[in-house]
Amino acid sequence: MTDIIRIQTPLTDEIVLKLKSGDSVLITGVMYTGRDAAHKRMIDALNRGEKLPFDIQGQIIYYVGPSPAKPGKPIGSAGPTTSYRMDAYAPTLIKLGLKGMIGKGWRAKEVIDACIKYKAIYFGATGGAGALIARAIKKAEVIAYDDLGPEAIRRIEVVDFPAIVINDAYGNDLYVKGVEQYKQI
Amino acid sequence: MREINAKQITDAVSDLCMKANFDIPDDVMNVLKRAYKEEVSPQGKDVLKQIIDNDEIAHNEQVPMCQDTGLAVFFVELGQDVHITGGLLNDAINEGVRKGYKEGYLRKSTCHPFTRKNVGDNTPAIIHVEIVPGDKLKITMAAKGGGSENMSRVMMMKPSDGVEGIKKYIIDRVRESGSNPCPPIIVGVGIGGTFERSALIAKKALLRPLGTPNPDPELDKLEKELLTSINKLGIGPMGLGGRTTALAVHIIVEPCHIASLPLAVNIQCHSARHKEITL
Repeated sequence: MTDIIRIQTPLTDEIVLKLKSGDSVLITGVMYTGRDAAHKRMIDALNRGEKLPFDIQGQIIYYVGPSPAKPGKPIGSAGPTTSYRMDAYAPTLIKLGLKGMIGKGWRAKEVIDACIKYKAIYFGATGGAGALIARAIKKAEVIAYDDLGPEAIRRIEVVDFPAIVINDAYGNDLYVKGVEQYKQI
Repeated sequence: MREINAKQITDAVSDLCMKANFDIPDDVMNVLKRAYKEEVSPQGKDVLKQIIDNDEIAHNEQVPMCQDTGLAVFFVELGQDVHITGGLLNDAINEGVRKGYKEGYLRKSTCHPFTRKNVGDNTPAIIHVEIVPGDKLKITMAAKGGGSENMSRVMMMKPSDGVEGIKKYIIDRVRESGSNPCPPIIVGVGIGGTFERSALIAKKALLRPLGTPNPDPELDKLEKELLTSINKLGIGPMGLGGRTTALAVHIIVEPCHIASLPLAVNIQCHSARHKEITL
């Protein structure tokens, strides 16, 4: 196992600047879920001059569309979805104060640049580990866009949510660094 | 003529949808465990451990291993001496999907392409039916997630591109997909047929059990060569760097038009979920 850093949400500039690409973290606190359709609605709302459905300052958005909760459970399986589909929307949210995103897969240059400019982090979680990750989610409540079903925005409370820093606020990218270290062709 | 009731098909399909999503096939688990032993990257090893733990939790608690419980894809082999009573085959399968995705607490992931409005019951299923000899009905269900499907491609190559061009295209596709399709992946390759046929056989290639050789020795050699090359790309588990980028490459080849060289690359994530039943 690699060394693990424990962090608490909401994220501050101080926390963000301490994190480096490749760091393994365990995240505790409140986060918000949102993926394709929710992002489109949030940006459409902003374009109409409306507010976002939650205060985005210092928050983390987890790109996930969970499976339905079994009776007695807060949430169903809840692993990350692929992040590039949110690239068109993420820089706007980062500019407004979003400090973290959790997903899987590479990000566009615009997102990486916004992470440097406004001090934000892109975390990776293990795709396809939805049953394991769900154990870190203690509470979940739909707070917006209920009609989107799995794509609704949920406020979730997590304890020791496992993730890894992919893009830090210094422009480093674990996907580039990791491949360079192991590629043989 | 042997009669099979539509209700029986619905119940079988419902069960397949749940079991496929809860229980990773043994062949996939065995290869994941071997990859965990052999992976040299510490972070890659951590990821493989998470995947193995996750798949064990899903099996023990009978919950979906991945929240993306996929579009429900079916390969049906219908014996020509079978008569289905009490309803249509496709209706019976779709009803089974509705039932299984509801009762199994599986995510409903079908939506309208423009409005993105969720259909709400994960229908329609994607159904491929083949008429075969005999009086049996074999149904294979594959839960196909969006992340890896999005990285798949059909390419109409030129005949002059040849095998070298095919190899280059497949390797480039995996490299460009990087971390997106949840590596370690399985690469299904369909070569030949028409535009749509190549995609279908690429998906079918994913169903062959991991660790079994291609029946054609030449293709078996090509599969192994491609797997070795892909695992030199350095992408590794979840793209964090490492040697386990793919678990297998499976190829199906069929004749094509003299003017064409269709090539389909269907990428499958490590949650390679499929299950079959014969009625």
